[in-house]
Amino acid sequence: MSVKVYVPRDSAALSVGAEGVARAIAQEAASRNLDVTLVRNGSRGMFWLEPLVEVETPQGRIGYGPVSREAVGGLFDTGFLEGKSQVLCLGPTEEVPYLKEQERLTFARCGIVDPLSIEDYIAHGGYRGFKAAVALEPQAIVDMVQASGLRGRGGAGFPTGIKWNTVLYAKADQKYICCNADEGDSGTYADRMIMEGDPFVLIEGMTIAALAVGATQGYIYSRSEYPHAFRVMQRAIEIAYENGYLGANVAGSGKRFDLEVRLGAGAYICGEETSMLESLEGRRGQIRPKPPLPALEGLFGKPTVVNNLITLASVPIILDKGAEYYRDFGMGKSRGTLTIQLAGNIKHGGLVEKAFGITLHDAIYKFGAGTASGRPLRAVQVGGPLGAYFPESLLDTPLDYEAFIARKGMLGHGGIVVFDDTVDLAKQARFAMEFCAIESCGKCTPCRIGSTRGVEVIDRIIANENRTRNLELLDDLCELMTDGSLCALGGLIPLPVQSAVRHFPEDFDKPATSPGLLDPEALKSNRPNLHKETHPWR
Amino acid sequence: MQAWDADRAQARIRELEHLPGALLPILHALQEDFGYIDAAATPLIAEALNISHAEVHGVISFYHHFRQKPAGRHTLWICRAESCQSMGCEKLVEQVEQRAGIKIGETTPDGSLTVEQVFCLGNCALSPAVLLDGQPYGRVSPNVADFLVDSATRPQ
Repeated sequence: MSVKVYVPRDSAALSVGAEGVARAIAQEAASRNLDVTLVRNGSRGMFWLEPLVEVETPQGRIGYGPVSREAVGGLFDTGFLEGKSQVLCLGPTEEVPYLKEQERLTFARCGIVDPLSIEDYIAHGGYRGFKAAVALEPQAIVDMVQASGLRGRGGAGFPTGIKWNTVLYAKADQKYICCNADEGDSGTYADRMIMEGDPFVLIEGMTIAALAVGATQGYIYSRSEYPHAFRVMQRAIEIAYENGYLGANVAGSGKRFDLEVRLGAGAYICGEETSMLESLEGRRGQIRPKPPLPALEGLFGKPTVVNNLITLASVPIILDKGAEYYRDFGMGKSRGTLTIQLAGNIKHGGLVEKAFGITLHDAIYKFGAGTASGRPLRAVQVGGPLGAYFPESLLDTPLDYEAFIARKGMLGHGGIVVFDDTVDLAKQARFAMEFCAIESCGKCTPCRIGSTRGVEVIDRIIANENRTRNLELLDDLCELMTDGSLCALGGLIPLPVQSAVRHFPEDFDKPATSPGLLDPEALKSNRPNLHKETHPWR
Repeated sequence: MQAWDADRAQARIRELEHLPGALLPILHALQEDFGYIDAAATPLIAEALNISHAEVHGVISFYHHFRQKPAGRHTLWICRAESCQSMGCEKLVEQVEQRAGIKIGETTPDGSLTVEQVFCLGNCALSPAVLLDGQPYGRVSPNVADFLVDSATRPQ
């Protein structure tokens, strides 16, 4: 009988040699005349163990990792096809504490199924949510999503049901569902993992959204930095069409839903919903003032649901298991689960799906096992490049939208980037402003000009020119950007800057040093050289 | 990747011009084929989509991903976002620049390698991360970085 062996094709796994491991297993099995079926699954999200190879045995799936190409012969010698123990053996994968202590709802199948097998998807509970939705009136679907307490997982945390309700009641000949998979925040990779590891859950979630609001066309807007995710998503959509799960009559429901995946082109701002719509329409990704809300006048001027990928991928389980089931996870106004992504200088980096409410400390130490370098942790940035830097003393903050706002931070898309004690927060603050200058869409002055002025002011602070007065000036500038910017890029970039000054004042009070992360020449000319050096083709 | 060819470009534009919001898909297709978007493509696209040259140029120049001059045979993307910073990507950048003898954004004189910066490859649990011709590499050590540069710049 053939033995099933799983080797992830998630791009993080590929980045540490999964392809070579898969080839070596196939060769070794062939040369030993053993019947092995290789399944290329997504990742379980325990990236320090990648490539994590699993073998299906009567006792369940047994994990081995991290497996190198060179170790494959030894695995065969020691009987890994029977799940036998050896030095790389992790035991039953589900029993690894990192996984066992999670609450995997959205990621229930990721790393388990073959991402491009719709049969596998259905065998693991796929399309049950859709079946439930087909039996309901659109309003009942919207009510269920609203009752579940699901909020936008892109960072803004807006109640999904309310957004859907607006689109449901908008009168139009055409409505759209747009999935924001422009996951540009450093420290986040949950969207990528779903696209590569369980793409059908997104297709199902978008189809349910379409049923709920009466849309017939959907777009997934992903990133040029994710070439692998794009290919998998594209293939999954083809398979869904071939099997009647997309098209004129979705799964015999009589409803039409067409879906396409599009690629961004390296512009961080296109993660902002109105920029994304501009980009999808074929224009520069410049933001649109709101109102009108995209829910009323979105893509091509039509009512549009714009949701983050994780939001949409969480919908099938809500429809399948009920609003209460989902709502019972979490704390306060943050219901359900958060997909925490441990990143940066962390020993056990990976995806942890937990009910809202676990503290930063527990995420970083219980799951993440501290820094990768072994040096003391000094700062964490939560929520991507627009999120605040927190010192160790704030690690008791629970992962909850409101708790982060109360401490002048932002939960964002759930990415946690850990820094050890070699970090210089003045440089990080400068980088925040520089990043904003590079990525600003140019629509509003506070962001377009303010970010460049911000780099200059921080350079002067670092160079110890009129430090006290320049710190005041920086504060003033940050206030202006917060209040005066049109969107979250200019409006939130003061968060990392001001949190760095507030929590790490000693880094702004050192003898003059060279300034930047990106541009060591900037101090000499006393002017940042943003576009010339870093983007010569602009 | 092939040299600029107006007929080929025209054919790619024809394939995609019917899509709603076709401009980005067209630009991606041209860059995929030619490694960059030749200035001669602007009037072809403008004509096909019935928009102005300025609109096409404005979109090409807005997005960091689109190049306006030819790239090397290989492209190395180095992530310089916060997660990779926390694991020393700036040292990696210095090292790659030194090894390849070029700065970020440049192409080696022999046309073998273009090195570009990106902000996040979504491999943040295995920082620092790079992508060479679409192939991801994580936890990139100095040795691996040298190896990647050397293999990309090896004479053909």
